Amino acid sequence: MTQNLRVKSSEFIDETNRISFKFDGKTYYGFKGDTLASALIANNIHLVGRSFKYHRPRGIMTSGSEEPNAIVQVNPNSNITEPNARATEIEIYEGLEASSQNCWPSVNFDIGGINNFLAPLFPAGFYYKTFMWPKSFWEKYEFFIRHSAGLGKSPNTRDPDIYDHRNIHCDVLVVGAGISGILAARNAAKNNFKTLLLDEKNELGGSTIFEANEYNKINNNLASEWLKKEINELKNTKNLEIKTRTSVAAYHQYNYLLARENLTDHLDKKNKKNKIRQRLLKIRAKKVILATGALERPLIFNNNDRPGIMLSSAIKKYSNFYGVACGTKNIFFTNNDSAYESALSLHNKGIKVEAIIDIRENSDAKIIKKINDAGIKIYWSHTIVDTRGYKRISSISIMRLSNDGTSVTGSKISISCDCLGIAGGWTPAVHLYTQSGSKLTFDEERKIFIPKADTKEQISVGSCGGDFELDEIIRNLNYKLKNFLNIDKTDFDSIALENDHETSKRNIWLLPSDQSIGKTKPFVDYQNDATAKDIKLALREGFRSIEHVKRYTTTGMGTDQGKLGNMHALGIVADTAGVKMGELGTTTFRPPYTPLTFGTIVGRNIGEFFDTFRRTPMNDWHIKNKAEFENVGQWKRSWYYPEEGETMHQAVQRESKAARKSAGILDASTLGKIDIQGSDASEFLNRVYTNAWSKLAIGKCRYGLMLNEDGMVYDDGVTTRLGENHYIMTTTTGGAANVLGKLEDYLQTEWPELDVYLTSVTDHFATASLCGPNSKKILNKIIPDLDLSDDNFPHMSFKEVLIDKIKCRIMRISFTGELSYEINAPASYGEAIWQKCIEAGKEFNITPYGTETMHLLRAEKGFIIVGQDTDGTMTPIDLQMDWIVSKKKYDFIGKRSLYRSDTMKENRKQLVGLLTEDPNIVLEEGAQIVSELNQKPVEMLGHVTSSYFSPNLNKSIALAVVKDGKNMKGKKLFIPMENKNISVTVSNTIFFDEENKRINA
Amino acid sequence: MFLINCPYCGERDQQEFKAGGEAHIERPKQPTELSDDEWAEYLFMRKNIKGVQFERWNHAHGCRKWFNMARDTSNDEIKAIYKMGEKPPTQ
Repeated sequence: MTQNLRVKSSEFIDETNRISFKFDGKTYYGFKGDTLASALIANNIHLVGRSFKYHRPRGIMTSGSEEPNAIVQVNPNSNITEPNARATEIEIYEGLEASSQNCWPSVNFDIGGINNFLAPLFPAGFYYKTFMWPKSFWEKYEFFIRHSAGLGKSPNTRDPDIYDHRNIHCDVLVVGAGISGILAARNAAKNNFKTLLLDEKNELGGSTIFEANEYNKINNNLASEWLKKEINELKNTKNLEIKTRTSVAAYHQYNYLLARENLTDHLDKKNKKNKIRQRLLKIRAKKVILATGALERPLIFNNNDRPGIMLSSAIKKYSNFYGVACGTKNIFFTNNDSAYESALSLHNKGIKVEAIIDIRENSDAKIIKKINDAGIKIYWSHTIVDTRGYKRISSISIMRLSNDGTSVTGSKISISCDCLGIAGGWTPAVHLYTQSGSKLTFDEERKIFIPKADTKEQISVGSCGGDFELDEIIRNLNYKLKNFLNIDKTDFDSIALENDHETSKRNIWLLPSDQSIGKTKPFVDYQNDATAKDIKLALREGFRSIEHVKRYTTTGMGTDQGKLGNMHALGIVADTAGVKMGELGTTTFRPPYTPLTFGTIVGRNIGEFFDTFRRTPMNDWHIKNKAEFENVGQWKRSWYYPEEGETMHQAVQRESKAARKSAGILDASTLGKIDIQGSDASEFLNRVYTNAWSKLAIGKCRYGLMLNEDGMVYDDGVTTRLGENHYIMTTTTGGAANVLGKLEDYLQTEWPELDVYLTSVTDHFATASLCGPNSKKILNKIIPDLDLSDDNFPHMSFKEVLIDKIKCRIMRISFTGELSYEINAPASYGEAIWQKCIEAGKEFNITPYGTETMHLLRAEKGFIIVGQDTDGTMTPIDLQMDWIVSKKKYDFIGKRSLYRSDTMKENRKQLVGLLTEDPNIVLEEGAQIVSELNQKPVEMLGHVTSSYFSPNLNKSIALAVVKDGKNMKGKKLFIPMENKNISVTVSNTIFFDEENKRINA
Repeated sequence: MFLINCPYCGERDQQEFKAGGEAHIERPKQPTELSDDEWAEYLFMRKNIKGVQFERWNHAHGCRKWFNMARDTSNDEIKAIYKMGEKPPTQ
């Protein structure tokens, strides 16, 4: 196919570099520098998609990121396809493939197009109204709703691209590189501010760069020519970093901005390879200059959405920047002077302009004369009442507007065309400004929201600040920069400016038609197919808040966030409800300004970098010995060590038996360890644990329970007194960081008078826990010199020893009920000590066991696991651990709460043991417990917290929390499951070795 | 994201900090003397005001020190930062 609408060479397009691409399966050609939109238009293609609700044919409307219609699927046949990309932003490259969205079987013949003719059936709130009844039909409705929901299709494999994050700190950030942004950045950099200039486009210069208005002059040059020279100089400015293809997504408090830098999307496949695709810039700027420009407004009239209807400014950009004519018979429809400049641009290139329809009565602007000289007919005080052409606009009908602008009179004139440029004035792009938390004010006369106030940290310059004409822009820019940067003069104080002035204004949010509104389709939000009719219906149905109207009609809720039509929606609401727009406020502009890929958001934090893994010093040994791992907090802990062909159950049963029969070894390095020193260390422990610590002898260990101030169990662990003023506390694996934080909090804020120092030493020690009747013999082989007799080294005591000259701490403590020693070695020797234990234990068939066996063994003994048997609602009394709560101590964290009416009441859930009637049935953890099977409604008494098949007892055992469980021993309860009811009997929580003899075995 | 001026380290990103709820709620010295209601007042009751609120913050990924902040919750303006034990600013 030829590019038959290429009109003139453009300096922004490289015509020597022809590029082929595919759209909807067909091959086309464009040039380097084209966007997909400009290349399609050059090939005379306007129809690129179907609308969301009515499946109406839609074309390219704009030339930028505000595009509502031309959103396409990129690489449609690939697993890593990307939906909802704006054709106006995709720079073409060799091999690009794209396709239309929301149509089937094709964009030219779309079955869903029937919705257009059924449109009266789809008013605002259609879904809310229709799918409410009958209630039982919801599942059927849901199927169809899900089927028709969404635009485009998601990729279905892992994104292979590389994304990155970068932090940037700068003195001045300038957002937007139009004329205002460029002049601001130049001044900032020249005055020694470290400056960053960002623009979402690939070229600097904004709309001025392709302007051809001979009335806009700077120092007697065309403004565009003058600016090009400035841009060339800018590239050599010190203190200035410029990033193009970089869109600011969010503006948070304290000048923290997020921007997406697009690095490879415009490159061909070969050059994309192994490069970072997009980078999220996290920018903290001392000062921010917003120069985000303005978005052209459409006009809202009947059937204003046909392919070929475009923003007037976009038509100008396509012709002046891309060298592409959007049509061969063009008409402009306007309420201001800017369309005349677009029309003249086309005319000067030999592109036919049929007419200009202007809703104003006249205009004094100089450019009008040029239009008259060109012989282009102007229809003053006229409006378009209808358009024709299904897949491309073919004609318009116009009528004279009444003086009040609410109706049309006279006869209808029809004019044929293939492109209609609409110009409804300008909306300052204040999105980022409001995201920063700043407030807007409404300019009634000009019908625009503008920033209410600049601050010391932020200013808005150029058209985003409400200045639209060249002299006004530069004058205000100079003034604002001097204050903001605290400089005496700018580089542009004395430049000579000339420009045309707009004198005549007329704004009508919803233009009238000769037909009643019910029969028209004036689209306000193109992407979501919301019409002025829908907005009026919402108001009739009683919606008043603009936020409610937005949600009910879905106006402004598409991927473009209604950048084009939101102002009109507000205007129509204000006019219909008879309120002032300023009082109505605006809907909230939320980040991101334009959609971000998930890849950009997560950057490098994917896969194993999503969260930090912590591995113990013995990790390599576990891997070598085929351990399965489980995640505990951030730790990778050995779960169990299956032998050849063993299931998890078989492995755990074997490990559990071995640990009680002979010897087992567990890697307990992950337990939290806090070194506590200071003259008030004992007093501190007294205050944080429920039991008493003052009398603990040096070299002895004690189990402690820690509560929250609300009396609920928070953490537990064994603490050892190493010296007069020196303790080492262990915490649960998952609770370590929080416990340290909590202890520091109390020390710093409540008890600053205590002389206590806390240091986390979790990572400093590796812990091998030897357990079982033969553990003493194994330890004796490792440290023959140490007297392991109960007299010298009794249960709950500690020794510091040398193993191969390595200083180790050994605690004789037990979480399994067996004779047990925990050897703590410096982390770097952890694997060596572990290996030594394994070697020494060989003759006793020492069996490494993982967390699952540890859990089973402790459950046989009824030892709790905080977080499994407790859930933040259990007091020590609920756990039947009254013995650990000191009655003598005056105070400890949580003590007072144990005497609150709620914690003292009868009938709280308490920890009990459960034995199944059939000893082979293992209960499911989390299963609910009831006392009556036929009760309705059935009362849930509690739930199972831990459940295992005990190989040492050869029966199923479980721990559970049950209402009034303390008084239920021997009582029969039921666990109702999906297919059966399981009978259980309430028992003691200690199932094995109730007399606790084995720790001294 | 706030830029918080830690009184010990200087300006740092908010992500280094942890918010710790309302400030100036002192743990009662003699909890056992308190009625259930008085204890509940300390334990549960927190203000949630639109305007200047006094809050505890912790430089968790930094010096780990706790300090106080006066923050206007309506616009997130940090009015003052002061050390633990210091009196809140009057203005």
